[in-house]
Amino acid sequence: MSGRGVRTIGDVAQFVTSKNAGPFLLTLDIVFADEATYRTFKSVRPLDRHVIAGLYGIPETDVLKIIEFDPAYAIKVTLRRPLGSGALGETDVYGAQQHVPLMLHEIDWPEAR
Amino acid sequence: MAPTRDHMTVLAPEGMLGYGIPVRSMEEGLARNPDVLAVDAGSTDPGPYYLGAGVPYTSRRAVKRDLAMMLDAAHARRIPVLIGSAGGGGGRPHLEWLVNVYGEICRERGYRFRTATIHADIDKGWLKAKVARGQVTPLDLLDPLTGETIDAATRIVAQMGDEPFQKALDLGAEVVIAGRACDASVIAALPIRAGFDRALAIHMGKILECGGAAAYPRHGSDSLLGVIDRDSFTVEPPNPDKICSVASVAAHSLYERSDPYRLALPGGAIDLTATTFEQITPRAVRVRGTRFVPAPYTFKLEGVRRVGYRTITVAGTRDPVLISQLDAYLENVRNRVKEVYGTEGYRLLFHVYGRDGVMGRLETAKEIRSHELGFVIEVVADDPEASSAILALSRSAALHSTYPGRKAIAGNLAFPFSPSDLGAGEAFEFSVHHLVEVDDPLDLFPVEMIAI
Repeated sequence: MSGRGVRTIGDVAQFVTSKNAGPFLLTLDIVFADEATYRTFKSVRPLDRHVIAGLYGIPETDVLKIIEFDPAYAIKVTLRRPLGSGALGETDVYGAQQHVPLMLHEIDWPEAR
Repeated sequence: MAPTRDHMTVLAPEGMLGYGIPVRSMEEGLARNPDVLAVDAGSTDPGPYYLGAGVPYTSRRAVKRDLAMMLDAAHARRIPVLIGSAGGGGGRPHLEWLVNVYGEICRERGYRFRTATIHADIDKGWLKAKVARGQVTPLDLLDPLTGETIDAATRIVAQMGDEPFQKALDLGAEVVIAGRACDASVIAALPIRAGFDRALAIHMGKILECGGAAAYPRHGSDSLLGVIDRDSFTVEPPNPDKICSVASVAAHSLYERSDPYRLALPGGAIDLTATTFEQITPRAVRVRGTRFVPAPYTFKLEGVRRVGYRTITVAGTRDPVLISQLDAYLENVRNRVKEVYGTEGYRLLFHVYGRDGVMGRLETAKEIRSHELGFVIEVVADDPEASSAILALSRSAALHSTYPGRKAIAGNLAFPFSPSDLGAGEAFEFSVHHLVEVDDPLDLFPVEMIAI
């Protein structure tokens, strides 16, 4: 039987990245190294709009999409940017450093037998 | 229309003109006898400044070096060169800048290519008429476009599809230098013109437009080869030290996109729900099954407006007494500036590194745990002189204002530079990010044969 433990998403994923998707959206990608880890992650169902909104302190309505992309063993999360890229008061023109709350998010994880 | 031949080979020498084509990759790529060299030269990714100011974000020297490599190959092999989003922003000054670099290379080397330019600038009066007819819709949750927003815009461009490139080729162009263009369309243009499947050509274009980014290891700027045939295409890096894997190619579908299954372009979208990726050699991946879903012609508009003139200073503190009352300290600085300059005509912003300088409004960690903090103090004002004056006062107030328990009465901040105050010129923000409906894909994008 397998037990359960706690891991961060960064522990189990190969990549966790953020980037602009156009000037007004931010897109976060979680990419897994292999199909088994990807399937395990999907079976745990650790992410929904409520969780993502909490990680970034934004309304759930600003979490626009959570998409599973099987060909790349990847989960994509797209957010509305609080400010457009490069707007006054904005802090990350490329959107490339917004991944950490997702990377450090702790999830239940089935331990290896 | 059935393709006139079995296959066609496209070489994308790099993902961005001017990022440095690796010589060996270019040689290996050319050894595969490409039918065309196609490269993307622009993006909105570096932010709104470049489109607004009409300047490139790549260096002239680097662009000249890369473009000369491509033109040498085109001249020796008599194959066309297609360039999209010239000069980064793809507006008139950007395109003219690249044509200037191109002309210099041609003069130095005695090249006389038949050359076409394609402009992508949008006339404001025309666009207002489109708004009035209800043919402009916002993208990504923006507000509907108004005449005021159009008037306030410094520059507006639209992303062309593959059709203007085809027209330029029909006119006999050997080199096409285009303004703002869908990056995938630049690469897809020649295969589509030759009758290859539109969805596959565009999907191949979308992978090649970032050059070697779809190959592992993913570092540096590099080339990518695409070979399209009747029902599939294959991608492979010419650099022998890199490989395309199913994972590297599939993962590239995620890059800078909100939806990996669908990519909208003028005249329709490609749909990846039935796409398959197959490793056919240790270094090459074959892609099949991508479908095209036609739609009315809509073009993505990009525009920026000037919000003022920016001046900044960079400084830091190591003082725990100051750090413990940071908000009150910054408020004091703000109030001192308000006493002298009021509240109108400028914005004063503190970027605090060590607190929320990276994530801003998305930062949820409220506690400061750093022993030192970095500040970028920023003023954006209606004119350059006001910007400089208000930043100077903000800087001196930040250096000298007192706070309870202050020990360091000689000064609150460490400045790494003299001069401390740096003028950053005009500041812009994106103001137009909309779709406009157009009947003819060529209407907005005049193709002109030019003399070099």
